[in-house]
Amino acid sequence: MSVEVQNPDQTAEPPLDKLPLDAWHRSKGGRMVPFAGYDMPVQCEGIIAEHNWTRENAGLFDVSHMGQLLVHGRDVDTALEKLLPGDLQSAADMKPKYSLLLDDSGGIVDDLMATRRGDDFYVVVNGATKHGDIEYMRRLLPATVVVDYMKEQALLALQGPRAAEVLETIVSGVTQLGFMQGAPFSWQGHNLWISRSGYTGEDGFEISVPGSAAAELADAIVAHGAAKPIGLGARDSLRLEAGLPLYGHDIDRETTPVMAGLNFAINKRRRAEGGFAGAMRILAELENGPPQVRVGFEVEGRQPVREGALVLDGEGNEVGRVTSGGFSPSLSRPIAMGYVATSLAGAGTALKVEQRGKLFEARVAAMPFVPHRYHRKGAA
Amino acid sequence: MPLYFTKEHEWIRVEGDTATVGISDHAQEALGDIVFAEVPESGRHVSKGQEAAVVESVKAASDVYAPVSGEVIESNSTIADDPAVINRDPEGDGWFFKIRLNDAGELDGLMEEVAYREWVKTL
Repeated sequence: MSVEVQNPDQTAEPPLDKLPLDAWHRSKGGRMVPFAGYDMPVQCEGIIAEHNWTRENAGLFDVSHMGQLLVHGRDVDTALEKLLPGDLQSAADMKPKYSLLLDDSGGIVDDLMATRRGDDFYVVVNGATKHGDIEYMRRLLPATVVVDYMKEQALLALQGPRAAEVLETIVSGVTQLGFMQGAPFSWQGHNLWISRSGYTGEDGFEISVPGSAAAELADAIVAHGAAKPIGLGARDSLRLEAGLPLYGHDIDRETTPVMAGLNFAINKRRRAEGGFAGAMRILAELENGPPQVRVGFEVEGRQPVREGALVLDGEGNEVGRVTSGGFSPSLSRPIAMGYVATSLAGAGTALKVEQRGKLFEARVAAMPFVPHRYHRKGAA
Repeated sequence: MPLYFTKEHEWIRVEGDTATVGISDHAQEALGDIVFAEVPESGRHVSKGQEAAVVESVKAASDVYAPVSGEVIESNSTIADDPAVINRDPEGDGWFFKIRLNDAGELDGLMEEVAYREWVKTL
């Protein structure tokens, strides 16, 4: 037996550094793999069990590999708007916004969450790209704007329908937050920054905690019977079911926000005014439609199709590619995400996928594959 | 019944001139949750060291190699319908296929059970 397709995020490079919860994961039986320059747990109990646990209870994810940045200085919002297509000038205090770091041709350098916190912006970027992002932002932002890397902070995510119930027992008041709202909290003398957000499609929280207190907080969370540690494997299957793109796979410098279907991240004012990296191409794509667009696929049969598989039309012409794919534990079937020519992107369009010389029947599917269950204030 | 293993983590249980093939407990553990298995059809000839079946977990796709050459005489439809059987009972109900051996001499290069179990501990 030979393993042909490894997780493409796994690299042979030795880990650069240890994350604050390294020993904690090992003590919990986490199977560690190299990821984004660190050793991280790919699974603890088993990917499907962890996936289902998160959909039904609360899953604790260590996402400390991600880069937490504090961007500050004079007119930081207008300065960031040169690189991000988000409306940061009107960003309300403590409300995280999903946005994209763009290059001059409109390609996506990274996707991120940016939150105005008083005079500063707290920005969370991907782990594998954080050093490049920092370098890119420092190079292109005016000298009056400073990018601080909050290296000492760990980041935990608690996700699932019981996340609020669990976290409220530890940090009183978190249930008052609505989806995409954050606030500072204090726990055992440690400052926490908590936002009601995440990347699984479930209700949940992301918790920025000093690295020195991370293990203590993780212990307190999993002491609640409804919470368990969850590895990277389930994190990937959960976000795929939620239809959320993963940087380096579903989005990268070859794709634009419009191709990726992330138009919601560019509001009316920014569309009217432009003035962000790659605006010429992106505004043209908004006007005329992109050549290819990100879609979901439902694949016939049981065999997963994975990143790199080709998408073909009825005549066998290559019309796209799969950028993420796998087995959906919640739906018990293979699902995938990728790009197709815009004319073939309508839900229900019948296509074929070719992988290792084998053809699969597939249909374009609406995303998310599994409905989001965010806690929107005012909603039931 | 003699049980042998390959360095690629297939097992083969020999009974006269026929044998049953599967993947080892170590292999299923390394793969994690198995979600798909494809087994060869009866009548197909497989050659030692060649791909004979496919197994996929949530994270990875793998080929299963024929430990010896021969004709497939039966394949396990249970694992195609419920691939998790391979995780639950890899060296029992999770077998992949049965073959009629071409050349029992091909068994000579395989690892015996005790040697295999000791070897995987070092991996």
